[in-house]
Amino acid sequence: MSGTGARENVFATRMALTNTKLRLKGAQTGHSLLAKKRDALTTRFRTILKKVDEAKRKMGRVMQMASFSMAEVTYATGDISYLVQEQAKQAAFRVKAKQENVSGVMLPAFEVDRVSGSDFNLTGLGRGGQQVLRAKEVYAKAIETLVDLASLQTAFTILDEVIRATNRRVNAIEHVVIPRLDNTIKYIMSELDEMDREEFFRLKKVQGKKKRDTAAREAEEAANPPEFEEFAEGESTGDLLSSKDEDVIF
Amino acid sequence: MADPISSSTKNRTLLAVIGDEDSITGLLLAGVGHINENQKKNFLVVDTKTQVSTIEAAFQDFTERKDIAILLINQHIAEKIRPTVDRYQQAFPALLEIPSKDHPYDPSKDSVLKRVQKLFGE
Repeated sequence: MSGTGARENVFATRMALTNTKLRLKGAQTGHSLLAKKRDALTTRFRTILKKVDEAKRKMGRVMQMASFSMAEVTYATGDISYLVQEQAKQAAFRVKAKQENVSGVMLPAFEVDRVSGSDFNLTGLGRGGQQVLRAKEVYAKAIETLVDLASLQTAFTILDEVIRATNRRVNAIEHVVIPRLDNTIKYIMSELDEMDREEFFRLKKVQGKKKRDTAAREAEEAANPPEFEEFAEGESTGDLLSSKDEDVIF
Repeated sequence: MADPISSSTKNRTLLAVIGDEDSITGLLLAGVGHINENQKKNFLVVDTKTQVSTIEAAFQDFTERKDIAILLINQHIAEKIRPTVDRYQQAFPALLEIPSKDHPYDPSKDSVLKRVQKLFGE
């Protein structure tokens, strides 16, 4: 049993056994915590997955509307693309990133940060100004949708990665670390049992030898003259209570 | 893990676009256009004469810039550099494929949706 599977290279002592047992407990706690984290992340991941799917489809519709309003502008004003491209200087439409904490994972979320600039005020001044204005609004709305989608998508990418890493850790603990510690404990236990048995056997041997020695001595004493007996008795420091001294009378 | 994200997202405020003329015009109208101090634009107009290598270079450039949070690319243009787009896995900047006027949106081609679909299929 102790020989099978990988185990750590330790001496079989009670100290090592205590340490290993503590580590096993730590590994089990870590495993359950990581498993919980994984479950929480996966739940979140599922909801985001659904939202991404929906948002992508919504984006298709929104962009279609935006293209349509652009077509209106082109119809009313003519081609303004060159004008617009040349006028772009500073971005009025920016995003701000804020963060959300999901079981220890920072998920970024983009927010629209719009500065109402006076860009393109002169565009379509001659004709089609209204269409241009409307196209501007429609596109701004469309971009908001896009920004939402982008934050969902970023969260999706990050979560995907984190879940993978967590899964790897959970599996490593479950299939490598815990069996290893288990094997180590089993090894130490069997080794200690073995030592116990050896010790017991040794004690039995010693006792047997003592018994034999005493028996031999007694046999020898019985065979030998009893003159030694008194001497032997006097010599023995055994029970003081059983041997009574003579009363001393002055 | 949290720290590098926060420092990298703080400066990312711009949107970049690679698209055809109409999409670019519309998005610029809304005010995403930005030209930095080095006269570098954050958008690239692609027409039928644009080389694939130019698109590829712009894609690399936009994904490596530190001030861009979201990169928008027309789906039919993404189709031209599909291997590069599919290989792109970073969280920042977020890559979005958007439909254009002449090319309606096809969810089955989107590199992110493909992954979503795969995960749902499991």
